Amino acid sequence: MSDLDLAPLATLLEPYIALGRAGLLPALYAAQAHYGWLPEPITQELARSLQVPLADVHGVIEFYTLFYNAPVGKKMVRVCTDPACALRGAEELLDHLCSHYGVVPGGTTPDGERTIERSPCLGLCEQAPAALFDDQAETSIDLMMDTYELGRPRSKVYGSLRLLTRNCGGESTALAAYGEYTALLKARAMAPEAVVAEIKASGLVGRGGAAFSTGVKWEGAAAARENPKYVVCNADESEPGTFKDRVLLLDDPHRVIEGMCIAAHAVGARKGYIYLRGEYPYIQPVLDSALAEARAAGYLGEAFDVEVFLGAGAYICGEETALFESIEGKRGFPRIKPPFPTTHGLFGQPTVINNVETLCNVPAILEKGAAEYRKLGTEKSPGPKLFCLSGDVTQPGLYEIPFGVTLRELLEQAGGVAGGRDLGAVLFGGAAGAFATPAQLNVKLTFEDLRAAGLPLGSGVVMVFDESRDLRDVLRSLGRFFAHESCGKCYPCQMGTQRQLEILERLAEGTMDSGDLERLQDVGWTMTDASLCGLGQTAASALLSAMQQFPDLFAHNGKQPAK
Amino acid sequence: MTEEITLTIDGKGVKVPAGATLLEAGRAAGVEIPTICWHEATTSYALCRICVVEVEGQRLLQPACLVQATDGMQVLTRSERVVRARRTILEMLAATMDLSEAPEILAMLDEYGASPERFPGAERREVPLKDDNPMFLRDYSKCVLCWRCVQVCADDAQYTYAINFNGRGYETEIGTFFDRTIPESTCVFCGQCVGVCPSGALKPKREYLLEQGISPEEITVLNSGVKKRKK
Repeated sequence: MSDLDLAPLATLLEPYIALGRAGLLPALYAAQAHYGWLPEPITQELARSLQVPLADVHGVIEFYTLFYNAPVGKKMVRVCTDPACALRGAEELLDHLCSHYGVVPGGTTPDGERTIERSPCLGLCEQAPAALFDDQAETSIDLMMDTYELGRPRSKVYGSLRLLTRNCGGESTALAAYGEYTALLKARAMAPEAVVAEIKASGLVGRGGAAFSTGVKWEGAAAARENPKYVVCNADESEPGTFKDRVLLLDDPHRVIEGMCIAAHAVGARKGYIYLRGEYPYIQPVLDSALAEARAAGYLGEAFDVEVFLGAGAYICGEETALFESIEGKRGFPRIKPPFPTTHGLFGQPTVINNVETLCNVPAILEKGAAEYRKLGTEKSPGPKLFCLSGDVTQPGLYEIPFGVTLRELLEQAGGVAGGRDLGAVLFGGAAGAFATPAQLNVKLTFEDLRAAGLPLGSGVVMVFDESRDLRDVLRSLGRFFAHESCGKCYPCQMGTQRQLEILERLAEGTMDSGDLERLQDVGWTMTDASLCGLGQTAASALLSAMQQFPDLFAHNGKQPAK
Repeated sequence: MTEEITLTIDGKGVKVPAGATLLEAGRAAGVEIPTICWHEATTSYALCRICVVEVEGQRLLQPACLVQATDGMQVLTRSERVVRARRTILEMLAATMDLSEAPEILAMLDEYGASPERFPGAERREVPLKDDNPMFLRDYSKCVLCWRCVQVCADDAQYTYAINFNGRGYETEIGTFFDRTIPESTCVFCGQCVGVCPSGALKPKREYLLEQGISPEEITVLNSGVKKRKK
């Protein structure tokens, strides 16, 4: 380590020093980009410059999977092995790459050129199997044909509506192509309360998974007395099977920014952040250039400005309070709620935090008016909705439809089950979701109908499994995801995700013992009932639904086909 | 004058001052609610969830150490859901770390009929004993991750920030900057972390040596040095 040159560090850290602890993650990124990893002397100097305790800095590096405190290869290959990619041979792909380069997953070639890692869902599910090659998306990887696509991932946008996805799949993301922020201009001519009232009247609820009323959220932050206030766009899209926000951000960044500007006007915020997940690095330049254009056009500036904050590999940071902790330069531990973000959010200040898709609805509501917007969808689930179709479906992609279409119709739009096979199951809502059976094809895709059917809409994941698939393998993969992503704060999730995975390994291998079913129930319900945040509360959700919907899968010890 | 609140815990009516937690209300009602991570000197983060109770109208179990009593609240501290959660958490703890020096948790295992062998084949957290300073030992195989040591080392008492967390999830472990020894860290040997450890993971070195069968006299010899005197 004696050949480490600390001289460039001062210049590298200069932009972050004034930010103090809030500059920690960007500073670590800057140092890692220069040195390739985060050696101890560099980290020590970085901690000193930012005046953050040494142990805390180390704790932060340890928390985020995209920071390395040991040497890694010059090239980083991260292979997604979560369900949608696993269906397309991701494990074989990882094995192939590892044996080709003579490493184990997580290992680096002896010449230090290349590290190959297993990655949680990369949000490229409709182009599976996929990997992240340094900062580029590598999609539709075909080992047999030796083909793949590298670079900006394609946008596969379908469905019967083009409201949110109006500009998706287009050629340009320039402001000239997007046009004026007409909805913002309209909003700025209105009193802030009138904007909040319009959003409330639209019936818009959050599209990140929790489905909380956007208008009520804005109203809460608008009413809060403390200043400054913040608007945060939650672009930490990491729910396995979800890729809608990736498409919106890549293809139509101005819609998101306009939505944030309207939110800022409504609640009186002067500063905004887009928290972009670390596995979407290729989106950052698109956002940065859109933000620069919006500044030049006068939409952003003194009154309200936005910056991109890059996450560093932690599913839990999609949880809103963990996301705040992350921006504040800490480990992404979720906070106890209440208090809620509307009064105690980012830096302890009143904050509106909305998902990307939610914010993309906002300009449409202002443009059309709430009444017109409500003509789409159903009474209780107004508006358009994006669904992420992946797995064994003929035409995987992003589908925009009005609420109220049935699952059967949606699958028909996507060409049905791939290869003309019979449907086995549909995973709704992602890893934190639940399984639907073929008997539930007529369920209407609305909040109210899905809730009645025991299916979470979540973030709009519709992952299709044909009847030949063994869901026990899928469950093991979900179990591994949660064990990897638990933050470790509360006991039920910290230990429960591990205990659950151990039993799911036995389930997949056909070596369950007689007490394992009861153990799964006890662990699952304990996590659901007693965990601190939404991660733990849903870490057993898909499994518990599978136990209910497909009891045969669990009835045989020894992995014979269950049918 | 402080406002008084009336609530019902396990069918017993109890009056508490406004702002009281359910844990405090339970004590006032003579109902014992178990805790692991809670400590009067540290900020409550509701980590262990062993204090969860069922509150009427709430979908999920609520941590009694943090949730404040409200007027008319109906609380159950031993419902089926509560007992299942507590028993399962205890069983998972027993399958994870060495609880031999955590008598309070062992007593809870008995009380809830929790089986220490509930999870056969479970991967345990086993790490070598860290003996790197003259004052205390760190045996993280016994650590229950209550966070108290990190809290008293930081903003809850000492503002020293010598320790934090390694890893995350099940792999979480208390650690120093790049796993340096305690003397190489910012530790000031205030001893507060040892004082708040509930499970014998942090232990005074003298206590450890006595347990190893080394006599007090031998320890004195071990600790003695030759004084340098001015001639």
